[in-house]
Amino acid sequence: MIKVLKPGLLTSVQDLGRTGYQTYGVIASGVMDPAAHRIANLLVGNREGAATLEITLSGPVLEFQEDALISLCGGDLSATIGSKQVKPWRPVYVKKGSELRFGQAKEGCRVYLAVAGGFHVPEVMESKSTYLRAGLGGFHGRALKEGDELAAQELSEAAAKIQSFLQKQAGGESFISMDWHVASEFIPVFKEEQPVRVIKGRQYELFKKESQEAFFFEPYQIGSKSDRMGYRLEGPKLQLDKEQEMISEAVGFGTIQVPSNGQPIILLADRQTTGGYPKIGQVASVDIPVVAQLKPGEKARFQEISLEKAQQLYLEREKSIQQLAQGIRLKLKEEVR
Amino acid sequence: MEFNISPLGDHGAIIDLGKTIDEASHERVKQVTAFLNDKPFDWLIEYIPAFTTVALFYDPVKVMEQKDKSFALPYEIVRTTIEKELPKLGVGEKKQGRVVEIPVCYGGDLGPDLTQVARHNDLTEEEVIELHTAGDYLVYMIGFAPGFPYIGGMKEEIATPRKEEPRLSIPAGSVGIAGSQTGVYPIETPGGWQLIGQTPVRLFKPDQEPPSLLHAGDKVVFKAISRSEFDAYKEEQS
Repeated sequence: MIKVLKPGLLTSVQDLGRTGYQTYGVIASGVMDPAAHRIANLLVGNREGAATLEITLSGPVLEFQEDALISLCGGDLSATIGSKQVKPWRPVYVKKGSELRFGQAKEGCRVYLAVAGGFHVPEVMESKSTYLRAGLGGFHGRALKEGDELAAQELSEAAAKIQSFLQKQAGGESFISMDWHVASEFIPVFKEEQPVRVIKGRQYELFKKESQEAFFFEPYQIGSKSDRMGYRLEGPKLQLDKEQEMISEAVGFGTIQVPSNGQPIILLADRQTTGGYPKIGQVASVDIPVVAQLKPGEKARFQEISLEKAQQLYLEREKSIQQLAQGIRLKLKEEVR
Repeated sequence: MEFNISPLGDHGAIIDLGKTIDEASHERVKQVTAFLNDKPFDWLIEYIPAFTTVALFYDPVKVMEQKDKSFALPYEIVRTTIEKELPKLGVGEKKQGRVVEIPVCYGGDLGPDLTQVARHNDLTEEEVIELHTAGDYLVYMIGFAPGFPYIGGMKEEIATPRKEEPRLSIPAGSVGIAGSQTGVYPIETPGGWQLIGQTPVRLFKPDQEPPSLLHAGDKVVFKAISRSEFDAYKEEQS
């Protein structure tokens, strides 16, 4: 069991989302940064889609009521146990009774805490993701609160071996990390005016020439009203060549739509299924994690990418995650030999 | 069947099946949806039907596992597959949709904008209720929120613009009017529709399969009920 001593700003149970129910208007939800979530799971011997905790900006204080094998991937929210830093992107053994705390959000906005076995909450419509607005799924349909106790599912044989191996290595310390970590190609690089690659949207051509240019040349700031549903951007106003009513149609993860005030919105994990605003662009899947780690007040600069290139990068990334999965499995086996 | 297909990002596509919201476009959307519902491709993740379009989401890795690799791009494989399959669907006979009755308690605190809708259209509240229950309603699509139906067929005589200041919270079951559309809020959300009543029926049931009471293609009949009938219905449900 993991007990929540302080909940943090917004900590919720998420997986890869509620697939197959959007046809009934059911919001997909799921993690904002799928890459960090998947890798966090792989590092503790889980399948990629097991439920993790999505921790936002100001993290929680968690008490481990039993030994656990965990990993933290995503942004750097200054995780510590005792007075020592808990390093991200690697397997970590945590001893019963330890308290994991988070401090300042140094880089990025969200970190994923995976625990070997995966968090145990009931599935609703085949997913463990929390949809906060409808109070659905996850841990009682809501963000974590003080006093909540989260259970992990039974861990795999491989994970159990690693855990007992690290336990011996720890020699009474409250935690110990593996000395290796995931290759740097998987670890996000944080920049000012973060470049985000965007494919032209279905209605891109309907925008004024100046708006088309501004969208790809000027930086946009993440507004303070941004949340898991979408990031409201602030920057040059985008206008259609001529005003027209659009017929509502489906939107996707990373769709950039422009309401009549001309300020674009990037639709994210808790996006509605359909929308009636023109779509100026669509964030390339490989850059969704980059967007998910942007904090309100930070800036993004959109760069045009062709569909061909975006799909090529998508396939390459999937291949390298599969190779990473393979690599981690081998590494974990090697360690305990 | 005439259609157009275009990309929606790097793992989605939108099939355009019409230019206007009407029953003909709706029939084509239904046909394509029925086809996709049989899971004809193992790369298909899910689909979202709307008024004149059906969006589909695919797994580019699975697309590339197909035998035919004459195109390098996953989207091109998806597009050519759809272009080959859809014309085979033909016109098919029009299937009669279900008829779903939705009881509504109009006015009072359950429908705080009934007076406003009546005033805007120079009608009495009773006339608004009469016209609202007399519509020939078709559910064109479910979207925006879980189980939220976009319903066409409301009488123009009761059309009313949205509220200037949206409410921060609208109770689940609220029946509203926005322009010449009518709809029912399945969950509590913010919103700008003029609220004329409330139904005790649950439109979104997360513990049931399927979770949405209404489906695209359903005919809807609104039936006026009294406050005591509303309360009795609520009681029965809990």
